[in-house]
Amino acid sequence: MSVSKSLAHDAARLHVTGTARYVDDIPVPQGCLHVAFGMSEIAHGTIVAMNLEEVKSVPGVVMVLTADDMPFANDVSPSAHDEPLLATGTVHYVGQPMFAVVATSHLAARKAARLGAVRYDELTAILTIDEAMAADSRFEEGPRVYQKGDAAAAIGKASHRVVGTFEIGAQEHFYLEGQAALALPQEGGDMVVHSSTQHPSEIQHKVAEALGVPMHAVRVEIRRMGGGFGGKESQGNALAVICAVAAQATQLPCKMRYDRDDDMIITGKRHDFRIEYRAGFDDEGRIAGVEFVQYARCGWAQDLSLPVADRAMLHSDNAYLLGHARIESHRLKTNTVSNTAYRGFGGPQGMIGIERVVDHIAHKLGLDPVDVRQRNYYAEMDGGGLSAPRPAAPPESLSGKMKNNTTPYGQEVEDFELHGITEALLRSSDYERRKAAIAEWNAENEVIKKGIAFAPVKFGISFTLTFLNQAGALVHVYQDGSVHMNHGGTEMGQGLFQKVAQVAASRFGIPVEMVKITATDTGKVPNTSATAASSGSDLNGMAVKAACDTIRERIAEFLAKRHQLEVGKVRFADGNVVVGSKVYSFAEAAAEAYMGRVSLSATGFYKTPKVEWDRIKGVGRPFFYFAYGASVTEVAIDTLTGENRILRCDILHDAGESLNPALDIGQVEGAYVQGAGWLTTEELVWDDAGRLRTHAPSTYKIPACSDRPDVFNVALWDGSNREETIYRSKAVGEPPFMLGISAFLALSDAVSACGDAYPALNAPATAEQVWTAVRRVRNGV
Amino acid sequence: MVSNLTGCNKGLPFFLRRIGRGNLAVNNTAMGSRAMDVRFRLNGRPVSVPDVTPTTTLLDWLREEQHLKGTKEGCNEGDCGACTVMVTDGGGAKALNACILLLPQLMGKAVRTVEGISGPDGDLHPVQEMMIEHHGSQCGFCTPGFIVSMAAAHLKGATDYDTELAGNLCRCTGYAPIIRAAEAAAGMPVPAWMREDEKAIRQSMGEPAAASQNRPPYGPVSSDELARVYAANPGATLVAGATDVGLWVTKGLQSPEVMIFLNGCEDLKRIEVGEDRVRFGAMVDMNAMGAVMSDLHPSYGEMIRRYASVQVRGAATVGGNIANGSPIGDNPPALIALGAVLHLRKGDVQRDVLLEDFFVEYGKQDREPGEFIEAVSFARQADYLKCYKLTKRFDQDISAVCGCFYVDVVDGVVASARIAFGGMAGIPKRAKAVEVTLVGQVWDEAVVQAALPAFATDFTPMSDMRASAGYRLETAKAMLLRYYGESQGANGSVLEVSA
Repeated sequence: MSVSKSLAHDAARLHVTGTARYVDDIPVPQGCLHVAFGMSEIAHGTIVAMNLEEVKSVPGVVMVLTADDMPFANDVSPSAHDEPLLATGTVHYVGQPMFAVVATSHLAARKAARLGAVRYDELTAILTIDEAMAADSRFEEGPRVYQKGDAAAAIGKASHRVVGTFEIGAQEHFYLEGQAALALPQEGGDMVVHSSTQHPSEIQHKVAEALGVPMHAVRVEIRRMGGGFGGKESQGNALAVICAVAAQATQLPCKMRYDRDDDMIITGKRHDFRIEYRAGFDDEGRIAGVEFVQYARCGWAQDLSLPVADRAMLHSDNAYLLGHARIESHRLKTNTVSNTAYRGFGGPQGMIGIERVVDHIAHKLGLDPVDVRQRNYYAEMDGGGLSAPRPAAPPESLSGKMKNNTTPYGQEVEDFELHGITEALLRSSDYERRKAAIAEWNAENEVIKKGIAFAPVKFGISFTLTFLNQAGALVHVYQDGSVHMNHGGTEMGQGLFQKVAQVAASRFGIPVEMVKITATDTGKVPNTSATAASSGSDLNGMAVKAACDTIRERIAEFLAKRHQLEVGKVRFADGNVVVGSKVYSFAEAAAEAYMGRVSLSATGFYKTPKVEWDRIKGVGRPFFYFAYGASVTEVAIDTLTGENRILRCDILHDAGESLNPALDIGQVEGAYVQGAGWLTTEELVWDDAGRLRTHAPSTYKIPACSDRPDVFNVALWDGSNREETIYRSKAVGEPPFMLGISAFLALSDAVSACGDAYPALNAPATAEQVWTAVRRVRNGV
Repeated sequence: MVSNLTGCNKGLPFFLRRIGRGNLAVNNTAMGSRAMDVRFRLNGRPVSVPDVTPTTTLLDWLREEQHLKGTKEGCNEGDCGACTVMVTDGGGAKALNACILLLPQLMGKAVRTVEGISGPDGDLHPVQEMMIEHHGSQCGFCTPGFIVSMAAAHLKGATDYDTELAGNLCRCTGYAPIIRAAEAAAGMPVPAWMREDEKAIRQSMGEPAAASQNRPPYGPVSSDELARVYAANPGATLVAGATDVGLWVTKGLQSPEVMIFLNGCEDLKRIEVGEDRVRFGAMVDMNAMGAVMSDLHPSYGEMIRRYASVQVRGAATVGGNIANGSPIGDNPPALIALGAVLHLRKGDVQRDVLLEDFFVEYGKQDREPGEFIEAVSFARQADYLKCYKLTKRFDQDISAVCGCFYVDVVDGVVASARIAFGGMAGIPKRAKAVEVTLVGQVWDEAVVQAALPAFATDFTPMSDMRASAGYRLETAKAMLLRYYGESQGANGSVLEVSA
């Protein structure tokens, strides 16, 4: 079987030789034109006059497009139709595209795009969470509230309370390959678009709207992206649509890629949040009730902000059974870039909120935060942990039959794995001994302090927009036994194609080399969901399995009939099809089936069972299952400057029965470092005029090589999935991102070695933030 | 096959050999007197590019003219390394960023892109094999740049991967599998084709240098010629490593009218470590300077290790870094702390100026039109120097504050002090008020504490995306405390502790 093998990424050889082809690498036909946007210089205002004469006079410029030139829809929103591709009278953020230059070269287009002479009538810009709250500038009519029980009463009755406010900065995706699209006009007004996108169906949809043609006239193809992380779920729309419009207008191929600075200024990011919290608890840190108020800075257009903010609410419990909880969420509309999907999709912000609360509780009571965490965990259900070693059951679960093991949104947690994972990780990371050693170090060292922290992750798997939980596949078997595989998922580095190819190979019992992985193509599999929400292999693996099984059944029936055997006696294994005593190679079986006029092509379809969810009431089962993980991070800080570093990280992560352990470990390692980056060095800074000051890697610092932990031990939990997923595996794209929270908590722990006050560290914990917290703690504030 | 290629052309200057693709000689649109013929080697083959627009970057030329798409554009400013190529000249092979390398800088050199890291028969380089085996690529977009950096490190036997790969960003893997791959490849032999460039360059060294053209863009081959050309064209843009000018081109979209490329001026690349003084020619690159400083003043060497990346340091020059007058460069404060002298030249007139006096105010240096930096020098002295570079990210980040301290304590009393900062003012600047409060005093904590208020006399820093004014001022003070602490044996940096 190909599944569960640590095979290399299907494109690894192409990657290392520089021959893997990305959108900007596709050879273009002669005469290809290049597009660049002229961007707003102010955060909010009315366009009084736009003089583009100088733009048009630049040698090489073929055409300049404004909103008035859009033939049909001028919208690139993935949700509320509130996002004009080119500004219509009003500009809403610095960087908003106002016009598009079409020129004979990328450079000419860029040069010309800077020459627009625009006069604005400036309007008051709402830039911050405070300004938005003061102006009641928001999406939806008011805050959304999910609650369970009576949190205020529970907090009131509790013997202890913590109250706090926590600022969490935004995060830039920094996919190494910037946004890019190439539109190729076809006969009869059809359009082919190559787009670096996680969501080809959405590109198809928006291009069709803009061209005024049915979706069948637009075909979108994407072989691979150079990273996505959610940043290519909706943010590629603008490039694809403008290229298609320009291509239709000129009847020439049109291509666009953002220069890095433009990319960082124009495209949305992870939402920055402020979280206010109040919690009541007993002497041992058991939470009686908790209240959160979450403020999300959504930016100027809705984009995916509502489901992002929903998911933040849905992860406000993380791993903890909250008897009484109230979560209030404000989705604030500001004159800043429209924030969007980013790995975790609000989950990280929600999760770090409750982790902050637990950390604060432990600090207040002088307890080890790990103990407080374990005391508040959800219970494990009988048989829920499967192969997991069984820890001592928490008090609530003595009966073995769970009652009230539900989330604040009413979903029963049936598959809780964290008791076992925690015990195993504490052992393998030598947590107790190291914690003691760190206390000793801190007693002896004035300048350099160390800290250590454990953090659990429970992440809900499924799109919370329930209808998105579907996928299609198309599989062909050729008469030589080679297999052509296609599905709606997109490859952005996560190894989805390889994992699904391993599924296909397993179904047919053939080596994975016989399966050709092909570009995602809206002409092959229609109406696809974005490759997002970690769902790629869950959904597409199942759809491909269904397609393969259909073909397998047909071959089996055909051969069974020929050999007068029951269909069930036909086996596909080791490259062969075994029918009783007769052994066909898979190629022979395919050829025989072809000669016997058996269809060797099939579609497959899958929809996730059990999910049902009312996002307005905040009640139901939004998630098919949960993925789990835990990490222990040790850090050092320099109290003179706040400089800080991760010294060691140990991770145990639950990928169910992994489809490919090597690729899954790769996801975990990479996600941890990206998550730690979010919470440490990655700081986005806007000035008072709403201009992003950190719009290039020179000023925006994602982790570099030496920022990975010195010691980095990553292992997969030997578990399964109680739900019937593809080979009982679990989604792995997003959950490990939140393992990075332990790095942040460890920094807080190190700061707390400087005095008695709670550090109340804000994120990202840059050197300056850590230094500020050290001073606060030392001054006893 | 590669050796055959050079062998069969013996005796011919390599730039006259035109082998291989028919389209190697690319005819740019006629740029009149503002173009230049550039000859170099590309992936083992000589190429000649006539009429090069001098602002053409190697990256654009590779991708758009040569259709070599393996080299990627990630940031177009030298900060991500996706465009890393290996460039070999008389000084050996080094990794450089193709996005901010201008074609005229390549004259007479050899370029190897990711396509040339595999063997001529398609054999994989050990670093490529190990990257596959250790799952070192995910999305693959940064991978070609990593492969070239890893191959360049492999060629020179360098194994400090945190340093060698600091200039390559990866957003997918968390770097761990890449390091595992680099370590696994370390013991494997260097493939023969990886040594061909150096051989070819060595062979061509004996050949007469091509005469530089007497119209812009200029490519003088000596400081004397540079002096003549620049005096005659005082408004020209001097291009040393192009780590700054490259950004004017790729981000500012500028095309300087007259450009003078200094890469042919071999005499400006000299390093002289004498009995009494140390002198660096203006065209010495920062990697070369770092190697020397690591011996003389290890703290300075460590600061240079964290200064930008291998790729940027391989291009950036000592002179360029001073001449651009940046208030946030790390080299000037360190040199000022060493009491460095700048050697300037205009035509035949040479003059010396104390480096600290060269920086007049933000954007203004004590340099006349047509005058250029020939070298910088400082006295050999005891190693009391400490350089503290404060950044958001340890590696490859511009300093929020760079503090450099040289305090000479004789018999427990401060005999002299030179303390200079970057990031604290509009220019690299000495902390003279602080120095005054220290000199003549007993070197103890009370004296150091008493000196701290003087920082506010010396500096009124500003707030920006790197740090707030308050943080800058307070950490500058903290650096003096650290310097004192280290002089008393206290431990220094979080970089030196482990789990």
